[in-house]
Amino acid sequence: MKKIFAAALAAALALLGSVSVLAFDHQAMFEGMDADYYTRFQGQDISINVYNWGEYISNGEDDSLDVNAAFEELTGIKVNYTFYATNEELYAKLRAGGSNYDVIIPSDYMIGRMVKEDMLEPLNKENIPNLQYIDPSLLGMPYDPDTAYSIPYTWGTVVLIYNTTLVSPDTDVETWDLLWNEDYKGNILMFNNPRDAYGIALKKLGFPLNPENQEQIDKATALLKEQKPLVQAYVMDEIFDKMAAGEAAVAPYYAGDALTMIDDNPDLAASFPREGTNIFVDGMCIPKGAKQKEAAEMYINFMCEPEVGAANCEYIGYSTPNTASLELLDAEITSNPTAYPSREVISNATYFSALSDDLNKALDAGWKELLADDESFTFWLVPALLLVAVIASVAVVVRKARKKKRESY
Amino acid sequence: MKKRSWVNTGYIGLVMAFLYAPIVVMAVFSFNESKSRALWTGFTLDWYKKLFTNEVILSSLGHTLLIAIISAVIATVIGTLAAIGINAMGRWMKSLVLNTTYMPIINPEIVTGVSLMLLFVFIRDRMGIPLEMGFLTLILAHITFSIPYVILNVIPKLRQMDKNIYDAALDLGCNPAMAFLKVVIPEIMPGVISGFLMAFTFSLDDFIISYFVSGPTFSTLPITIYAMTRKKVSPEINALSTIVFLVVLGVLTLSNYVEAKREAKTSY
Amino acid sequence: MKRNHAETVLTSIPYLIWMVVFTVIPLLLVTYFAFTDETGALTMANLSAVREYVAVIFRSIWLAFIATVLCLLIAYPLAYIISRAPQRRQRTYLLLVMLPMWINFLLRTYAWMTLLENTGIINRLLGIFGIGPLAMINTQGAVVLGMVYNYLPFMILPLYSVMTKIENGLIEAAQDLGAPRSTVFSSVVLPLSMPGVMTGITMVFVPAVSTFIISRMLGGGSNMMIGDLIELQFLGNAYNPNLGAAISLGLMILILFCMSMLNQLNEEDKEGMII
Repeated sequence: MKKIFAAALAAALALLGSVSVLAFDHQAMFEGMDADYYTRFQGQDISINVYNWGEYISNGEDDSLDVNAAFEELTGIKVNYTFYATNEELYAKLRAGGSNYDVIIPSDYMIGRMVKEDMLEPLNKENIPNLQYIDPSLLGMPYDPDTAYSIPYTWGTVVLIYNTTLVSPDTDVETWDLLWNEDYKGNILMFNNPRDAYGIALKKLGFPLNPENQEQIDKATALLKEQKPLVQAYVMDEIFDKMAAGEAAVAPYYAGDALTMIDDNPDLAASFPREGTNIFVDGMCIPKGAKQKEAAEMYINFMCEPEVGAANCEYIGYSTPNTASLELLDAEITSNPTAYPSREVISNATYFSALSDDLNKALDAGWKELLADDESFTFWLVPALLLVAVIASVAVVVRKARKKKRESY
Repeated sequence: MKKRSWVNTGYIGLVMAFLYAPIVVMAVFSFNESKSRALWTGFTLDWYKKLFTNEVILSSLGHTLLIAIISAVIATVIGTLAAIGINAMGRWMKSLVLNTTYMPIINPEIVTGVSLMLLFVFIRDRMGIPLEMGFLTLILAHITFSIPYVILNVIPKLRQMDKNIYDAALDLGCNPAMAFLKVVIPEIMPGVISGFLMAFTFSLDDFIISYFVSGPTFSTLPITIYAMTRKKVSPEINALSTIVFLVVLGVLTLSNYVEAKREAKTSY
Repeated sequence: MKRNHAETVLTSIPYLIWMVVFTVIPLLLVTYFAFTDETGALTMANLSAVREYVAVIFRSIWLAFIATVLCLLIAYPLAYIISRAPQRRQRTYLLLVMLPMWINFLLRTYAWMTLLENTGIINRLLGIFGIGPLAMINTQGAVVLGMVYNYLPFMILPLYSVMTKIENGLIEAAQDLGAPRSTVFSSVVLPLSMPGVMTGITMVFVPAVSTFIISRMLGGGSNMMIGDLIELQFLGNAYNPNLGAAISLGLMILILFCMSMLNQLNEEDKEGMII
């Protein structure tokens, strides 16, 4: 008995011990970096809270670079990394208060909204020298005209993903109509956040990606309600497993993730609907009141290092805004039409812009209405049920009174 | 008579199968080579390896245990003292306090979670105390929902206790504190222990309330698991659930065995 | 000579303070938020907005109701059978019933997700028999299944604890007096088990009506329940704490109403005891 136990323990230890050594050579990478700048906080036991999208950083899987681990190794600053699923969730968490984040990575329109509502710290660009590498065409955009609050992290587009084995070959896959196609009822996934979902509906109706008035929002809400019975689920990152397993046939999602999914399941393919799609930039920002502003700026600067940016974007599949990183990437990646679309596609794509307060409220209301929508429900159930409740209470009271009367004999 | 017991055992078996099917499936697929949750491709211990080196999961496990122990201890102390005090109250006061105590138990967890979150944010914003969502808020929240369970377990024991014992101890020369320690505590100990265990268990497994009052620096295991289910899923989750299952099985079997031995000893 | 130790009440003071700060005040805050808007002005707008979500509220109540009934139907015979089993076996059965309860609730729900998916185990097994893939996940049925699975032990335990107190002697006496099985059940077992039934219903219905994990993981986001709605307002895609507080208040009142109804049906005079 003892022998077997010892053998089992040894086997377990051997297995555990064989956990692979870092497959990515950090030291070689660090050589090109400014050591004085990065090691300023060594030994001071500082930590920063980074709040990012899920599946949005290279984390060491499949021999890729573990960005956070590399950063910790170089600077001695610990990274507490948590994630959110949508811009709106990030916004809610920041507004609800109580949580202190040092780096957040919202999308363009959300950055615009946060700037308006004074929720971001202005960046000290002297602390972020690697800003020089960022493509100038992605700077000074309407949501952050002076590049005062954000540094681009990635850019990309929204694409239509479909499973070639589940979608018949003669179906038109270059249109948003595919998401309303009755043939695929129950096999359609949809965005679980208001801007992306409404963006698609508005484009399908021929309206601009950013709603201009209440009427457009109402029409889009009606269209989304029509789609609801056909939708299998409203998802964000849950989509990875679903598409990989062939659980659903069509879904819209972000180009970088589409590439990851296609890698996992070669049956999948992506297309750009001809009605036009959304192009976005995600930017790194520092929320107001962050405790470790300088360390946060160091993190942002680290992300803009050519090698880090290249390794990161290679893993997550999104397009890099960093010109130096672009040069380091394989031609295979940079020539991929999904990740780096043609000029034609880009000109047909629109950025989200921050909406006015009224339109935001209207969009929110429409979204909630859509989620709560239940066609099998009629308003008459309410008084009916209230009546039943009242009758039940009366019956119980009467029964009790009668029982009391009986017992008092 | 035999036929009935056949049906009975069959029914029990059916329900047990229902209860255990998902757990067993999860366990089986924790050894699966590919990430697929339905197609078996080969045997591997990789996921277990990855689990043991997953810093986030390990640290949140540690956090969870830490919070559970600390909050359970504090809740037991406060709750036991409370139960003793409540038991000595007048009828009207007792009823009022007891009903308010049972509010967090009846209240849906989400309402408790939301109300505590609003409280902490209020303290931070309006009162200027720099309270951050994290370790402190979690402990406070866990203590808050644990205390009622302790009270719930101790009060029946207090009621069962013969009140005269305490007076007898005083008569025999003890001061109130000693009388309390030597006489009352041993009587209510079973209730205190079961209250402690309840508090500990509920704290370990709590998700909803923790979800609303936690922050980025301090995560508990249920919250980490929830985050894991929202993105690309790794069979590490299967490995985790299998390990949890085995640990719980071990603990419960052990406690069962101990209790069976104790009962055998006391019944002659 | 019964002495009155009034000073013993003082030991409960720490708790009373805690209770006020962490239970009463937060609930008052919820009420405050429910009746104000973002600027702090008093308004009834939140409450009237709740009216729009009546469909969600009803769906939650309906699904929770079905889940509770199913739990009751499954657990009742089980508790009875276990309580009549030989002592040694009873302990083992109890252990087996309690074990799943101790495994993290998220893991249990996640386990069902893997089983119910279109390409999941159950569908694959059915596929062998040529039965087409059934859409089981992301339906209301999946949500009810999740609820029943998670809360079944909470129904079994109270029922069991009450049934063990029904002595075999009582049942035998009824049978000796010539009562058929059905009467034994309706006149002896059922009334005596009522306290356990009430407890069980409470412990299943309340979490079922307010869950948001089960509806999110198994319902696909299109079967929204009250819990989802509340979470949406605070930490989800639509930040509106006032509306969220209003819905929470509504939920609390709903639960209190249901509890008081249940208490009226339960005629035994208990001092607010639930377990």
